[in-house]
Amino acid sequence: MTVSTTLVGIGIGRGLAVGPILRMPDPLPEPSDAASSQGTDAEKVRAAGALAATAADIRLRGERAGGAAQDVLEAQAFMAEDPTLKDDVNDRIDSGKTAERAVFEAFVQFRDLLVSMGGYMGERATDLDDVSQRVRANLQGVAAPGVPDPDYSFVLVARDLAPADTALLDLDKVLALITSDGGPTSHTAILAREKSIVAVVGTKGALSLEDGDTVIVDASTGVVTVDPTDAERAASVTALESRAAASTVPVGPGALADGTPIPLLANLGSVDKLDDAVAKGAEGVGLFRTEFLFLDSETAPTVADQEAKYTALFAAFPGKKVVVRALDAGADKPLSFLNDEPEENPALGLRGLRALRAHESILRDQLTAVANAAAATTADAWVMAPMVSTVEEARYFVSLAKELGVKTAGVMVEVPAAALLADRILAESDFASIGTNDLTQYTLAADRLLGSVASFQDPWHPAVLRLVGEVGKAGAALGKPVGICGEAAADPLLAVVLVGLGATSLSMSPAALADVRAELARFTTAQTEEFAELALSANSAVEARAAVLSAATPKHPNQHTESE
Amino acid sequence: MPERTVTIASAHGLHARPASLFVQAVTASGLPVTLTKGDKTLNGASILGVISLGIEHGDQVTLSAEGDNADAVLDQLAEILTTDFDA
Repeated sequence: MTVSTTLVGIGIGRGLAVGPILRMPDPLPEPSDAASSQGTDAEKVRAAGALAATAADIRLRGERAGGAAQDVLEAQAFMAEDPTLKDDVNDRIDSGKTAERAVFEAFVQFRDLLVSMGGYMGERATDLDDVSQRVRANLQGVAAPGVPDPDYSFVLVARDLAPADTALLDLDKVLALITSDGGPTSHTAILAREKSIVAVVGTKGALSLEDGDTVIVDASTGVVTVDPTDAERAASVTALESRAAASTVPVGPGALADGTPIPLLANLGSVDKLDDAVAKGAEGVGLFRTEFLFLDSETAPTVADQEAKYTALFAAFPGKKVVVRALDAGADKPLSFLNDEPEENPALGLRGLRALRAHESILRDQLTAVANAAAATTADAWVMAPMVSTVEEARYFVSLAKELGVKTAGVMVEVPAAALLADRILAESDFASIGTNDLTQYTLAADRLLGSVASFQDPWHPAVLRLVGEVGKAGAALGKPVGICGEAAADPLLAVVLVGLGATSLSMSPAALADVRAELARFTTAQTEEFAELALSANSAVEARAAVLSAATPKHPNQHTESE
Repeated sequence: MPERTVTIASAHGLHARPASLFVQAVTASGLPVTLTKGDKTLNGASILGVISLGIEHGDQVTLSAEGDNADAVLDQLAEILTTDFDA
């Protein structure tokens, strides 16, 4: 074994792993349409047994997974035991088909119906395919599709992972993920980032890997080395050890190699995760989502209710910055008392600050509660408005916040119009925070929630970065802070680029803090600016990422060991 | 036969999660329940049937059930359909 081959994809995070691969089982082939030799009664018994067993199995997996995954799996279990589907299967068996063929055809019929409906219903078609596969695997007594569960640690290779698969990943056994499809905002990538799993997505040639092949997966470069040589293995073990040593360095404030401080903050959606964020070294909270206070309620909570929650939050960060986002309802998270009229295009409708303005008493209550809680604690409480599009909206929000006693008030930049006029918007506000997920959705005109346009949802796109740069320039000219909150800040290399574009702080899910902190420490201010220029001059998200990755990767990564 | 006509509250309509909660409640009730949208009527215990009606936010549907306790069951089901699970 002297020659190794390499595959290249998009690395998520900076992890490194070595191990044997296992592939997700291939999908079952379409069953033949030969006539049944067992007779209709026997086939019906087989079909009923397989449908019931599959429903029970899916339900059990749902109970083990819990949370949002359980809801999805519960719906799948009902699909397997659907009475209409069962009648359809039995009708097909009566016409002489085998149980396998009847199940296959019945599911295909419903699948086609859902696909023809399009949109969100169409995306449920994948669920039906999955259930169909499981029922047929049960009928044939073969392994069900899904994540393999051996008694050793392995690197999982798949085309892409469905939510149902990722929900059940045994993180003690899965050393790394390699997918052939999917981009940096795919479900797999987001999961990997959240759970700190080593992952390389969008890897060309990944499906040519075979069970048992040994690979080195390096997320920091996006390179998968197949059948590594002894020297490569040794180098990766050394790298693993030095990275493990680096990660035990006590957490501290974020800074560039030249000492420029870049505060690293946490995105939080409730007060439950506060301790975790503090333990991981969050220097404050860059985005505190307040929707949870309002969900499940028919009416807005009172000032006193809200004040108690904000006081608990601020008390956990004495003397630190905590940025509270005013209620962001609409589009993907409508609230009954704010979003009263159905809309054709909710993402372009009465959402964010627009919805709050239409119900100003709710906004007034929230700002009053934040101001009162801030006065009772020592945290540096900031408030920002979601979905601001115009200078006038910025002026409205900031003056209302100040009137109600908030000391620092700013706006989120999520709409391209706000980024383009950032110099004027920032003149009216104390700070700006860029929401990269929505900014990407609006810049590339691609629905964040729609899988079929997921490839457009890439914050590395030079158009998105140019808008970030506009806000950065305006912030520098006016001496106002420009933060980033959104998936983009959790991608370590992109975080470096965002700093080069003028971001003065980065906010992310606490799990991403360590990797981003380590990446920032590798580069100087001048280097971040050089990377930003490289990314801006690219033609696409893929080119931008590749150009910066190549500039940021040491030329001889394996020659740092003392033996050489 | 007791009936209820309600307006769907969930923002994305009666898709996976609200549909499965609905079907779960129908199954648990043990009563035959039908769901009607426009001129289509189907078995309320069939999640595929319910999903394939393509029920959107704001659509009006009619529920009907027969048997002991049908009114209480219908009230409970109507409650599910008028709750916004996407919030």
